[in-house]
Formats: sequence, structure tokens, C-alpha cells
Amino acid sequence: MAEQHEPSGFFDKPENIRKMLKVFYVICGLLVVADFIVHRHIYHDWEKIPAFYAIYGFVGCVVLVVIAKELRKVLMRGEDYYDE
Amino acid sequence: MNSIIPFIPLLLGALAAVLLRGWLRNIIMLLAPIAGALNLMGIEHGVFWSMEFMGYVLEPVRVDKLSLMFGYLFHLASFIAVVYALHIKDTVQHVAGLAYAASAVGAVFAGDLLTLFVFWELLALTSVFLIWARKTDRAYSSGFRYLIIQVLSGVLLLAGLLILAQVNNSLLFNQISLNHEGLAQVGAWLIFLAFGIKCAFPFMHNWLTDAYPEATPTGTVFLASFTTKVAVYAFARGYPGEEILIWIGVTMACFPIFFAVIENDLRRVLAYSLINQIGFMIVGIGIGTALALNGAVAHAFNDVIFKGLLMMSMGAVLHMTGKINGSELGGLYKSMPKTTILCIVGAASISAFPLFSGFVSKSMIMAAAVAEGYDVVWLLLLFAAAGVFHHAGVKIPYFAFFAHDSGIRTTEPPKNMLIAMTIAAVACVVIGTFPAQTVYALLPWEHNYNPYDMTHVLTQLQLLFFSALAFVWLNLKNMYPPELPSTNLDVDWFYRKLAPNVVKRIGGSVYGAYGRFEKSVVASIKQVILNSYDTKSGQPKGYFAKLWPIETMVLWVAVLLSSYLMLYYVQDLL
Repeated sequence: MAEQHEPSGFFDKPENIRKMLKVFYVICGLLVVADFIVHRHIYHDWEKIPAFYAIYGFVGCVVLVVIAKELRKVLMRGEDYYDE
Repeated sequence: MNSIIPFIPLLLGALAAVLLRGWLRNIIMLLAPIAGALNLMGIEHGVFWSMEFMGYVLEPVRVDKLSLMFGYLFHLASFIAVVYALHIKDTVQHVAGLAYAASAVGAVFAGDLLTLFVFWELLALTSVFLIWARKTDRAYSSGFRYLIIQVLSGVLLLAGLLILAQVNNSLLFNQISLNHEGLAQVGAWLIFLAFGIKCAFPFMHNWLTDAYPEATPTGTVFLASFTTKVAVYAFARGYPGEEILIWIGVTMACFPIFFAVIENDLRRVLAYSLINQIGFMIVGIGIGTALALNGAVAHAFNDVIFKGLLMMSMGAVLHMTGKINGSELGGLYKSMPKTTILCIVGAASISAFPLFSGFVSKSMIMAAAVAEGYDVVWLLLLFAAAGVFHHAGVKIPYFAFFAHDSGIRTTEPPKNMLIAMTIAAVACVVIGTFPAQTVYALLPWEHNYNPYDMTHVLTQLQLLFFSALAFVWLNLKNMYPPELPSTNLDVDWFYRKLAPNVVKRIGGSVYGAYGRFEKSVVASIKQVILNSYDTKSGQPKGYFAKLWPIETMVLWVAVLLSSYLMLYYVQDLL
């Protein structure tokens, strides 16, 4: 099926990825800036921290992945572990 | 009353699937959920059908706002799943799917515990065929484990309801709660456990992650829609406001995301995220305010649709490529662009992006947690919300459709699959954009809530974009754990590995001990025989063995006769 002159996909070109990531970074930046412009309702003390949600989301996910990676050392077995 | 019993249309659909073939069967299977939903529109609230059984009042069909909401949901879900499965020829799957949906509808309209129990077991018995229909060894054994655990849940329910019937002298299914005295408390806990198993509570969750990914591509779509949602419904009716549910729910929302990050089978990733989403619902039920309960059932409603959509998109990948492991997939956006977009809609919905369905329901539960002062719960749910975006929102589409090109070239799935996914995707966007006219209109409890205020939209976008940023950053730094062909140990290790090993070890040692005992007995008998024979002279050592048989016999006859004579005199003496 894989023909030689298959049109290469949009995401195969590194420059496209770079462009998309730039747009993505700009949006992230704008969201932080918006945090200082928009007057947020505060339901909880922690929300007073500037860009609390952005920090929490980023740190939370990094922690999630780091812990999950460590879990692999304990939990990971071969694909046919239960079949043997 | 022009309506009929709610589960009848779906049941008739299942019967039609048994008897009919070809286009006629397809039409009737498609009409069954539509007819069922129309039937619900005309049904009146209250007890639809009651009867007496062994001195107890039974209400096999009782209609209120809560049961109606789930009733509509199950009809919508079964319609989507039937469309999705229309291309398959396997009659077993069609029949099992519709009968399973009918059982779910029957369960949510059950007004008494006995009727609930019957449908509870029917859910298990009908759905297991969707797993076995995969026809692999893994599916076969996984289906058995599934069936055993599901039936166990039913047995606990039966035991609990018998106790409650004895104590309360009533079988009606209303709020049960966990504040009883004595025996009634045991009954309440048994039912709580029975619901908990079907709801995939921590340590009882493995049947779900074990069996769902082993079912057929179309079967999993049915499975993901009904069993756990019936359990959520049962908790909402039986145990609203039980504080223990909050902590159970938070655990369910948090722990599966770690497993989801390292899991390779993408449908198993979705199974873990299913538990994570049920966790949110259970928290809502545990908080028990009108806002929280509305949030829980609204989230159940939305989850069936967006989780169904994600399961369908992964089912389409499995159907077309025969592969579902993240380590073997990638780059499929080129050959399956439509499926890719539909999958991303599902991913956006489960991640609760504004304008998608998850946003309008998950936020109700979060708002209720803050309002009731559960700060830690709120923080953990926020973490779980970021985590679900990370594994279901980014990981699923990324590793299936993008990442590195796996070299797989395929085509879009059959048209009916695409149509089913499109219906679900449209529903996700419509519900997310116009909640007041759709899902909020069905909510059972009175409460006004507006998800679209500036603060909420902004904070949610910040949370999601920076979770995505974390994914990008970890990937660029090569810190993201790669997809590896693997099995991850979970609670099922205890009954799939440890217990069999212990049984084997004990069985082995008992068998070994028996063998040794048998050997020693045989050896000692041989010893006795050997000792009684003199090999040198070729003669036995015993006195009688040296005599002729006739000599021995004469001796014994003499003994017999003399003892006979003695007995004769003894009788006289007495």
C-alpha cells in the first residue's frame, strides 16, 4: 500500500510543527496575561495566586508523568505476563 | 395511559435481531431505541405498574425525573451503538447488545429492589456475550472473570435486599443510606458493596479494565455505556449525601490516571479514564446537594456520549488495522482523517473544553465541592481534571493518529461507524454549547447553574493549555514515557497471579505430602513382606508359611471347634 510518491502529511514537516507550537505558546502566554486583566471570581484562597490554574495544571501533569514513570519500575511486566 | 413498559421496545428489538435477517433486521434494530425514547416522552410520572409478591408490594416500573433522565440516555446510547454495530453479521452481538440495553432501562425504572436485582443480573448475563464474541482465548477467560464478579455483585444485592425486606417489611427502592441499627446496617452495606462493584470502586475496579478492552470493537461501545451508569443511578437514588462516597470518588478520580499514562492498549487507557470519570460522579453523589447531584447525573449523561465516541474511534482503529497498542500505532491521521477529527471532538469533550459537553457537567461537581468547603477534594479533582486531559485528551489522539508514523496505511471505517461517531460528536458539541436546552432540561433536582461565566472559562482554559504545555515540554525533553508493549500489574494480580499461585503451591504441597505418605506405606508393606521371607533357603520365615496348606487348615479347624465347645459351656454357666 505504501507508495513512494505518497503526499507527505502536514505533520510530517518539522516546520509545520514548529509553527503550530509557536501559536500554542502564544495562546498560553495570552491566557496568563488575561489572568491579570480579567477580574476573576475568587471562591477559594488559593485562587488568589496569579495564574494559579496554569501553574497547577502544568505542575500537576509533570508530577503525574514522573510518578507514573516510577510506577512502571514496580508494575510493568511482559506483554504475555498473564498468558505464559 | 398510552405508554408501554419502558424496556419493551428494546427487548422487541433484541427479539427481532434473533428472528430476522438482512435490511429488515437493521431497520427494526434502529427503530427500537427511537420507539423506546418516544414511548418515554408520553409516559406519566409515578408508579406505572405495581403488584404483590409474597406479601410485599413490588413496583416493577416506577417513573420519576431521575429514572427518566437515565432512560433517555440509555436509548440515545443504544441507538448510537446500534448504528455503530450495523455492519457486523454476528447475530449474537446484535441480540446481546439490545438485550443488554433493555436490561439497563429495566434497572433504572425498577421501583423495588427485587426487580432491580433481576435486571442487575441480566445486565451481567447479556453483556458477557459481547466480550466472548471476540473469540480469543484472552476474551474467553476475561469474560469468565467478568461474569463471576458481576454475578457476585448480584448475590450481594440479593442478600442485602432480603435483610432489608425482613427488617423494613418493604422491598421498595428508595433512599437506603448507611445509618441503620443492627442487621439493617449489614443489609445496607451489602447493597452498598453490590453497587460499588458495578461502579468499579477502588480494589473492585479490575473487572472493567480487564474485560472492556477484550470485547469486540462494537461490544465495548455497548459495555462502556450501561453497567457503570446503572450503578451511578443506583447510588444517586440509594445513597445520596453519604460522605464516604466523596472519598471513594476522589480516589477513583485520581488513581486510574497514573495507570492510564503508562498503559499501552489504548482501549484500556479509556477503561481507566472511565473509572476516573465515574469518580467525579461519585463525588457529586457523596456531596449530595442539588447542584452536586445534578452535576453527577449530568456528567453520567455526557460521559456515556463522549466516552462512547472515544471508544468508537478506537474501535474503528482496531477494526481497520487490527491493532490497538499505542506502541504499534501512529500517523493514522493521513488515512483516517475523519476518524481523527471525531476522536479529537471526544477528547475535547472528556477534557471539558468550553463549548464541549464535559465542561458543562464536570464544573457543576467542582463548584459544589468548593461551595461545601471540601477544599482538598476540590484540589484533587482539579488534578484529576488536568490528568484526564493529559491521558484521554492528548495521549489517545496523539499516539493513535499522530506521533511517529507507524507505516500503517488503511482507510476510513465503514460508513455506519462514521455516522455513529458523527452523531455522538454532534451531541457533544450541542450539549456543550446549549446545555440549558438539552441536558440541563432533564436534570432531576431544582437548581440554576450557568457554566459560561468569564472566570470559569478562563480558568479552565488555563488549566487545559498548561496541561498540554506539560505534555509538549516532557515530549521535547524526551521525558515522556514511551509506549511499550507491556502488562501493568493492578489489583487483578491478586486473583490472576497470587491466588492461583498460592492455590498451586498449597495444592502442590498437599499432593506432594500425599505422594510421600503413599510411598512410605508401600515401602513399609514391602519391608514386612521382605522380612517374612528367607531368600537364602528360598522359604518363608513364618511358622504357618512353612506348613502345607492342609496342615494349617486342620489346625485352624481344631481351634474353631474347641472355641465352639467352650462357648457352649459358657452359655450354660450364665
